[in-house]
Amino acid sequence: MYGSMTVAHTGGMLRKFGHVLVLSALLVAELLTLASTFLCLILTFGLGMVFLFPPQVRMIRRVTGRTRRLVADSAGVRIDPPYLPEPPPPQPQADGLYRSHRTLYKTPRIPAWNDRWRWMVTDPATWRDALWLLLDPPVKVMLLPLLVLLPGRGLRVYALWCELLLAATTSSRMAGRLERLNRARNFAVDTQAAEMRRIERDLHDGTQARLVALGMTIGAAERLMDSDPRAAKALMAKAKEASAETLTELRRVIRGVYPPVLAERGLGDAVRALALDIPLRVSVEVDLPHRPEAPVEAAAYFAVSELLANAARHGGAESVQVDISGNGPNLRVTVTDDGWGGADPAKGSGLAGIERRLAAFDGVLAIDSPPGGPTTACIELPRVLPQHWAGDISELPRWKAAVLVFLWTTSWCPLFPQGIVAGVFKATGPENKSWFLALYLPEPWQWPFIAFMILLGTAMYVAAAVLPSVYNRENRLRRTEPRSVSCLR
Amino acid sequence: MNRVLVAEDLYLLRDGLVHLLQAHGFEVVAAVESGPELLKGLLELRPDVSIVDVRLPPTFTDEGLQASLEARRRVPGLPILVLSQHVEQLYARELLADGSGGVGYLLKDRVFNAEQFVDAVRRVAAGGTAMDPEVISKLLAGNARDEPLAALTPREREVLEQMAEGRSNAAISQRLYLSESSVAKHTAGIFTKLGLVPSDDDNRRVLAVLAYLHNHQSR
Repeated sequence: MYGSMTVAHTGGMLRKFGHVLVLSALLVAELLTLASTFLCLILTFGLGMVFLFPPQVRMIRRVTGRTRRLVADSAGVRIDPPYLPEPPPPQPQADGLYRSHRTLYKTPRIPAWNDRWRWMVTDPATWRDALWLLLDPPVKVMLLPLLVLLPGRGLRVYALWCELLLAATTSSRMAGRLERLNRARNFAVDTQAAEMRRIERDLHDGTQARLVALGMTIGAAERLMDSDPRAAKALMAKAKEASAETLTELRRVIRGVYPPVLAERGLGDAVRALALDIPLRVSVEVDLPHRPEAPVEAAAYFAVSELLANAARHGGAESVQVDISGNGPNLRVTVTDDGWGGADPAKGSGLAGIERRLAAFDGVLAIDSPPGGPTTACIELPRVLPQHWAGDISELPRWKAAVLVFLWTTSWCPLFPQGIVAGVFKATGPENKSWFLALYLPEPWQWPFIAFMILLGTAMYVAAAVLPSVYNRENRLRRTEPRSVSCLR
Repeated sequence: MNRVLVAEDLYLLRDGLVHLLQAHGFEVVAAVESGPELLKGLLELRPDVSIVDVRLPPTFTDEGLQASLEARRRVPGLPILVLSQHVEQLYARELLADGSGGVGYLLKDRVFNAEQFVDAVRRVAAGGTAMDPEVISKLLAGNARDEPLAALTPREREVLEQMAEGRSNAAISQRLYLSESSVAKHTAGIFTKLGLVPSDDDNRRVLAVLAYLHNHQSR
């Protein structure tokens, strides 16, 4: 036992020393990059050799990217790349030309170059990277003794330093978020348009055509009514049949647009109704105290519908379990089947379709499908349930809540009795010292002590007010980040 | 004379239903257009049979169905025929759950065939059942893996479908062009194969078959 622990310990130490060695090796690369950066900056901005700039920036980013990975591996501090998203390739105008500012180009090369140039120069992360590159060698050299003597601690300190300049800033995170939102919106718009087109086609080719035929049949019957009542009657019977068929057809279209049970009963019963209609044993568990918004219900319903259809078609499943529940403000749907497994979102267009549909709500689909089964698909739609039953209150961690309570319950004491009231007593001059601490002190200390107490009390109040709002702001930012979902329970 | 209540929010359809029923000798005691009115009418007038649309104002969800279920909870066996633009097994189960009969669940399209529709209304009024063929075919599809059902002959299966829709032996023999005695033979065969206790009462027999189909599907 002791021996194995020592081995593990030595192994960890060796790995840490390995990291330190890599760090030192990176130092050489940094110095080289720094030198070339100096040269490049002079050539670019002094002599106008702008074409040198992008490769140089890419070179710096390679070094910083390597450092980020190293820090994540060695100290477990994850530093997200802070760069703004790369500009999309230029799109030709209607006349086939490419526009950049006020100039039109025949090829996309120069507009693309311009976009890239602007992207690199205006990104603050580029200059923060450069600053890091300039300062990192001396920092590394200073930390070297610590890194050699206490590699674990040294690596953590180094990670903190790197985080200072290499981490994502609020604005870059926002830019990334904006990009994702744009993409999701485009998906949603495309999906919507495709749906409209499909419905239009269904109505046009199906219902409308059938109604035209129906009208013609009735017209023929009308003409025959006097001359050949028997034939007219036969035609009317045919028309009746046709109208029944049209209704069946229309029902199918409606079901594809928005299933009537979903409108009437909500997600839970709609999924139950769905479960009854497919030839598998399906058990449905629903734990939702209120109905989510209609679009959310529809997205979840069609996702479940697709997953069930997949299980029945490809999965070789016999029984399926559907579990719908609220997880705080998030809606969570789990579909588990006992089929063969091996489902892959990258292969099936159906699963990709679900992902696109969910993307409009920032929803995610996670599939855990080992060969041989069972397959578990999880859908999570974040922040789609009404807030009043989301239980957001317990968000503040316990120690912060305790500090908050302490601040609110005690800050009156320094501010009023020991501060303001003591000051009033001192100024107006009653001899009674009562329980004002300040008045027991030697004369020259009394006013400073009173001032200190007032300051302390005010500071405590301010802290009590600021603490939750700062926490909320951080939290809000964190919550708007997309989350990953796993099927493990 | 049968006293009927009609609940339907579309004026044209409501009017058509009223005319159709009156032409077939029913007395329409009330024609309502919303859920609350329906529940009030059902409980106060106690009609011999009611024809109810699932989707009614004010919510335009399943107001009519809910009112019907509520009324049947308070007045067990109150005969109600539910009409809808779409049929769901889920709703059929809810209607049949109390096992007391006097229930119908049909697509609105079935109104086109006046004789069959009126026949269904009469059946429900008499405490029987009238299930839409679409519900029954879905039920049977859901039971596709059921062993006893698979053992039925095609003819027995046809008879089973007709029976599940709520028809008596006489009606089945008419529709399938069989003699009444051979229908009786088929039904006996079905009951033996499904392991059900035979019963002379048509309605109870139908309910037993429906209960069998429902219970087995969720197994």
